[in-house]
Amino acid sequence: MTDTPLLKVGGLSKFYGSRIGCKDVSFELWPGEVLAIVGESGSGKTTLLNCLSTRLMPTTGSVEYRMRDGNFRDLYHLSEAERRFLMRTDWGFVHQNPADGLRMTVSAGANVGERLMAVGDRHYGNIRSTASDWLSRVEIGTDRIDDQPRAFSGGMRQRLQIARNLVTGPRLVFMDEPTGGLDVSVQARLLDLVRGLVNDLGLAAIVVTHDLAVARLLSHRMMVMKDGYVIEHGLTDRVLDDPREPYTQLLVSSILQV
Amino acid sequence: MTDLATYNFAYLDEQTKRMIRRAILKAIAIPGYQVPFASREMPMPYGWGTGGVQVTAAILGPDDVLKVIDQGADDTTNAVSIRAFFQKVANVAVTTHTRDATIIQTRHRIPEEKLTEGQVLVYQVPIPEPLRFLEPRETETRKMHALEEYGLMHVKLYEDIARNGHIATTYAYPVKVAGRYVMDPSPTPKFDNPKMHMSEALQLFGAGREKRIYAVPPHTEVVSLDFEDYPFEIQKFEQPCALCGAHDVYLDEVVLDDKGGRMFVCSDTDHCEDRRDHGHAGAMLAPKKEAAE
Amino acid sequence: MYVAVKGGEAAINNAHRLLADRRRGDRSLPSVTIDQIVEQLGLAVDRVMAEASLYDRSLAALAVRQARGDMIEAIFLLRAYRTTLPRFGATVPVDTAGMKVERRISATYKDLPGGQLLGPTFDYTHRLLDPSLLSDEQVEEPVRKQAGGEEVMRVSDILAHEGLIEPDGEFPEDHEAGDLTREPMEFPMSRDLRLQALARGDEGFLLALGYSTQRGYGRNHPFVGEIRIGEVEVEMDIAELGFAVPLGRIRVTECQMVNQFKGSSKAPPQFTRGYGLVFGQSERKAMAMSLVDRALRAEELGEDIIAPAQDEEFVISHCDNVQATGFVEHLKLPHYVDFQAELGLVRKMRSDIDKARSKARSGDNLSQEAAE
Repeated sequence: MTDTPLLKVGGLSKFYGSRIGCKDVSFELWPGEVLAIVGESGSGKTTLLNCLSTRLMPTTGSVEYRMRDGNFRDLYHLSEAERRFLMRTDWGFVHQNPADGLRMTVSAGANVGERLMAVGDRHYGNIRSTASDWLSRVEIGTDRIDDQPRAFSGGMRQRLQIARNLVTGPRLVFMDEPTGGLDVSVQARLLDLVRGLVNDLGLAAIVVTHDLAVARLLSHRMMVMKDGYVIEHGLTDRVLDDPREPYTQLLVSSILQV
Repeated sequence: MTDLATYNFAYLDEQTKRMIRRAILKAIAIPGYQVPFASREMPMPYGWGTGGVQVTAAILGPDDVLKVIDQGADDTTNAVSIRAFFQKVANVAVTTHTRDATIIQTRHRIPEEKLTEGQVLVYQVPIPEPLRFLEPRETETRKMHALEEYGLMHVKLYEDIARNGHIATTYAYPVKVAGRYVMDPSPTPKFDNPKMHMSEALQLFGAGREKRIYAVPPHTEVVSLDFEDYPFEIQKFEQPCALCGAHDVYLDEVVLDDKGGRMFVCSDTDHCEDRRDHGHAGAMLAPKKEAAE
Repeated sequence: MYVAVKGGEAAINNAHRLLADRRRGDRSLPSVTIDQIVEQLGLAVDRVMAEASLYDRSLAALAVRQARGDMIEAIFLLRAYRTTLPRFGATVPVDTAGMKVERRISATYKDLPGGQLLGPTFDYTHRLLDPSLLSDEQVEEPVRKQAGGEEVMRVSDILAHEGLIEPDGEFPEDHEAGDLTREPMEFPMSRDLRLQALARGDEGFLLALGYSTQRGYGRNHPFVGEIRIGEVEVEMDIAELGFAVPLGRIRVTECQMVNQFKGSSKAPPQFTRGYGLVFGQSERKAMAMSLVDRALRAEELGEDIIAPAQDEEFVISHCDNVQATGFVEHLKLPHYVDFQAELGLVRKMRSDIDKARSKARSGDNLSQEAAE
């Protein structure tokens, strides 16, 4: 980790009419750091994730991102072209439902290769071997390279979605309940894989989850949200082992079984 | 109701022509960009060349010489019908000879003979959007063009190669114009794509039903999309034209009987006739006298 | 020896001649007159006027005759004529409250000012073929009510008094009504252009889409607030005069669908509206139009877009039957250049596979031999 953050979030709020989506969120994220945002459904964690990833415009506040040239840019002041370029090169977004992040009628190889082609790669052989390499890194047999994700199991689809996001070597990945909807045994394997990749690649990640076990396994730090506010924020082990807020204590005692 | 059928020169009223000309000028200024225009209802069905006819009507002058082809031929019914339309409403000179024409309206082919400065080739276009079958939404495809997001186009070519071992797009093969916009060349066979590149003639594309005009100005780069290791290739025919013996032209297959007998002849009928007039003969050409009888 | 096919021109001329013959049919019968079509096939004439967006009964009847009764062909003919007409300007919005009503029904009120008026409807006829129409029998004169003279108030105005229904939409001061036939179509569309597109859209297509909303594909809980058919005055502002001048009267059908709406943080609950207005007498079209109009307002009203009828690009891009018929029917034009390209490709791919197979087979033989 360096001493310059990758992402600086200041006073971020999102209102839906008079209802609070999330309010006054501020934090910094360092390169290689994994931050978990936990809370019940309706706590504002998904709203926050969508604001951070520029999929939603916040009502107030700023999010600054350190670009590859070392300069910070306010994400909400980027042009749409810059924003979309950032999203398909330096960022990844892993959806809870893999069908939202994959092209279901296009082969696994093309799913992984799309980002490469989008940034100008024009050598079929290279694209294919990179795709093949990534499939094996996410434990998908390379003989499945020409199959469509429709023929894949839920776990394989999720791994394919991860490969598709990581192929351009992003520095920051957003994950929305990445293990939601998977069987428990499949979840464990996926979490192992994600942890390995994040470590190997030195990725920074923001993971939204309602599952404290996921936060425990993947994240260095975590934020607990309730009713749109961040009520507790600290190192993951500290928050889970020594929760300070009564609500966090309740969460930990009622859910955590690890 | 009796004086119902009085129409302006070339059918369209002058205001409409001006509107179309403005769209054409804009299209020429931004090569490959699809300019929306207020396409008119034409007295022929949508999908039958209403876009091409509107473009032709807007640029046609009394001194022009018009050639109309469909599938490369001057005598296919729709070409005959469009040519007759302009003879009727503009009383304009027509020709079948590529080199004599100032305006050539075409559907699905580019003439074999090299076009020259001052000529205008008007294409009839059914679906102008090259991204349409990858992304059905107009709002989204316009954004993709604006941001030059063409990765998806290559995804399609990638899938072709992964499935077939080569790019299996044979017509309406997408091109990039002047290094910027990806464009649909209309359903011409990819055989004709190289003819668009650095052409001396002005190329105008009209899509009536979809209400779009686009253009390739003379001397403009037109590159067919491909991969470095799977370069763009055009169709090759194994035999020359059976009537004029031409190689390196696009051929139509003519079925001769029900026993698998077939022959291949030039799709560009004017080119074929011209060659025969100059003494070229293919394997199945009838001797001149017999044919005349 | 082969001689290339020629003579497209002669073939076309002969085809036109045969068409004229078939249109005329048996010469021993009198040919049908335009007046007869206007008077006796009035609803066919109405449909052609509506979907061609040109109000001229005689020309529409001519088109019906010329098209041999093919409605879409007739619409096409009239549109291709309409497109050449000069445009002087836009009329003042017609005031349907001032309509000389011939039919007026509401499904939301049992009785209401102005009353329910059935008018010339098929609704309560039994659909039994009527042998009396085989001959030219005398038809009774209709019963006419003495016109009261007062305006028949619109149901939407009754609800509006209580604020229970959304008002007519407001456009900015400088808004000029768009013209679908004069400007390029761009999405998303404003509602005035969308209504224009629906008003000239295909009756069958809109009927099917409206029906689909009732069956759950974008349900919007409709009630027929009111359907009215009758004549309205068309007026136009003349800049030089400074006031509106009446141009004449046209017959239109208007449908106001009243739909449920939950309300939002900004607006208290109230009914919303779907609107249909069609040239001539065409209740089915006006009703279908108002259902689809309401469905297409999904985005404006913050509803989920989940059904075809709510999808603006889908509905508007495909509701025009002249466009649709042209493009579907263009498939019969020659495509042999493209087909040739596909033919060559399929042959090549098949021969590649055959080669690979025969190679594999000879490989099998070899290994078998080796095993023996």
